[in-house]
Amino acid sequence: MRMMKILLLIALLVPFVAHSAGSDVKLDKAPIDTTDQESLQRGAQSFVEYCLTCHGANFMRYNRHRDIGMGEEDIRTQLIYTGQKTGDLMETAMRKKEAEKWFGVVPPDLSVIARARGADWLYTYLRTFYRDTSTYSGWNNLIFDKVAMPHVLHQLQGQQILNPETKNLVMVTPGTMTKEEYDRFIADLVNYMVYLGEPHALYRKELGITVILFLFGLLGLTYLLKKEYWKDVH
Amino acid sequence: MSKQQNSIMEWIDKRFPLTTTWKAHLSEYYAPKNFNFWYYFGSLALLVLVNQLLTGIFLTMNYKPDASLAFSSVEYIMRDVDFGWLIRYMHSTGASMFFVVVYLHMFRGMMYGSYRKPRELLWLIGMAIFFVLMSLAFTGYILPWGQMSYWGAQVIVSMFGAIPFIGETLSNWILGDFMLSDAALNRFFAYHVVTLPVLIVVLVFVHIIALHEVGSNNPDGIEIKANKDPRTGIPVDGIPFHPYYTVKDIFGVVGFLIVFCGIIFFAPEMGGYFLEDNNFIPANTLQTPDHIAPVWYFTPYYSMLRAVTVNFLWIDAKLWGVILMAAAVVIFCFLPWLDRSPVKSIRYKGPYFKIALTLFVISFFVLGWLGTKAPTPLYTLLAQIFTVIYFAFFLLMPWYSKIDKTKPEPKNVTK
Repeated sequence: MRMMKILLLIALLVPFVAHSAGSDVKLDKAPIDTTDQESLQRGAQSFVEYCLTCHGANFMRYNRHRDIGMGEEDIRTQLIYTGQKTGDLMETAMRKKEAEKWFGVVPPDLSVIARARGADWLYTYLRTFYRDTSTYSGWNNLIFDKVAMPHVLHQLQGQQILNPETKNLVMVTPGTMTKEEYDRFIADLVNYMVYLGEPHALYRKELGITVILFLFGLLGLTYLLKKEYWKDVH
Repeated sequence: MSKQQNSIMEWIDKRFPLTTTWKAHLSEYYAPKNFNFWYYFGSLALLVLVNQLLTGIFLTMNYKPDASLAFSSVEYIMRDVDFGWLIRYMHSTGASMFFVVVYLHMFRGMMYGSYRKPRELLWLIGMAIFFVLMSLAFTGYILPWGQMSYWGAQVIVSMFGAIPFIGETLSNWILGDFMLSDAALNRFFAYHVVTLPVLIVVLVFVHIIALHEVGSNNPDGIEIKANKDPRTGIPVDGIPFHPYYTVKDIFGVVGFLIVFCGIIFFAPEMGGYFLEDNNFIPANTLQTPDHIAPVWYFTPYYSMLRAVTVNFLWIDAKLWGVILMAAAVVIFCFLPWLDRSPVKSIRYKGPYFKIALTLFVISFFVLGWLGTKAPTPLYTLLAQIFTVIYFAFFLLMPWYSKIDKTKPEPKNVTK
């Protein structure tokens, strides 16, 4: 019987260790912290500047950014370039028809992309674009072969090429940022996308602690109640 | 009770059997006094059912069963509905926990022989609940209309297509279209929120009525009704369900809620097992995901579906897979007649049964794990081996349970 309980416990813990990765390339661990509001704000600004041009975040409202310490005025001046209202959804200006003509596919909505791909995947993906003349856009990616998306951040990162023998990326034309600066920039962006995937996540964990503490208290009380009632059962 | 309350009760009792029902099912329903840890899962299943019904109502208020709106309406619930995220996680975690609790509840029955005479019908009603639960899980998983909703459902529906002669017509009839589309989403929504919940509530009610007719089994597997106090006619080893087991189950409920809330608040995706990563990508009818895996509770059966790789006896491999998968679920129904042991409980059964049950549990876990993986030749071989072990547990039971060395059952329940 004890063995069965141990088996059960092991089975319950499996999901925490056995998360599947999928790709062959080893993903870099994204150095993110969703409690860091300054990082999130920087990420939000990069997101509207670089991503929102082609990708939408159609499930997110601008005024939700109050969660990450931005006031109504900050949101209006720093995040909205399209004349939308703060209560509006973060939609892209690009039309689907045109996007399809330019890229072959409509760029996916990014609202929950971090939940689908994971932070580490995004962090690696955005840092492993390389020049490839055989593709339509002239770019390719180490973990997303023949991706339709061009490297929109190449002016910041610079241009890399793939060494076909070592399978490593080599920087040939440096960008405006150093490697450390660019990694930090992407980390902020990914941090923001993780927040974007589930804006209530921080509050969820906060509330969770209160709930669990309450339940442990209740567990003690119900145990005493049970013990009291069961006194006369032998 | 005060005089006034008494007269109110009297008034009601003349018109509705309230006091009699209360006594028959709670205060004078005698349950064995030796229930252990494994006996929490029946009441917990009821708790999860109520959780699913209540959270389901609130989700229905905001969800849109429309292929072009379903995915965004779920995200709308997650973001813009007050505490919508909590309600949705309670429902999605509840679905998985329903299976955890029901699998443990069934395992309890298998350990202590709760399916044996006179509880065969109780077991069969329970199996009917299990089938409805599986249908509920399937129809519910389609609703968010993500990639896994879509392609997972595609796999399941294609199984109907494997049935000879009528397969294609049948799957078109089920889908209301030639492919999985808005029409199917709408009808699966109807099944999920109306037909199946009504069915499961009725079956659970019938399950409890049947239980209270025959009385609960216990870890010793002996009939407490066989040993009654000659003066009172009450089983010597029985205690009234209320208040003893109501207070005990409340303790169990709180313990369960700690685990349940731990998942809801700290790991709602449960590492991709309760909410799959790919289901955060909207359904795309033109793009099949690299790897389709059902949610964890279906993976043991999914492994068996994939385990058959050769055509055999005019029937092709795919149909054999479907047959095997269906058989793996239905075979539980025959347990009451497969078990020929003179004793019910594992406590008095011999080594053969203990080994067989352990192998069965291991094969269930291994098949479940394999079902989450993309097939490789090694994995397929493992799936085949463990499928054989899974079925051997049932099919060889009449033999090994009969020749097994059993211990004598006690007259009274033990601790």
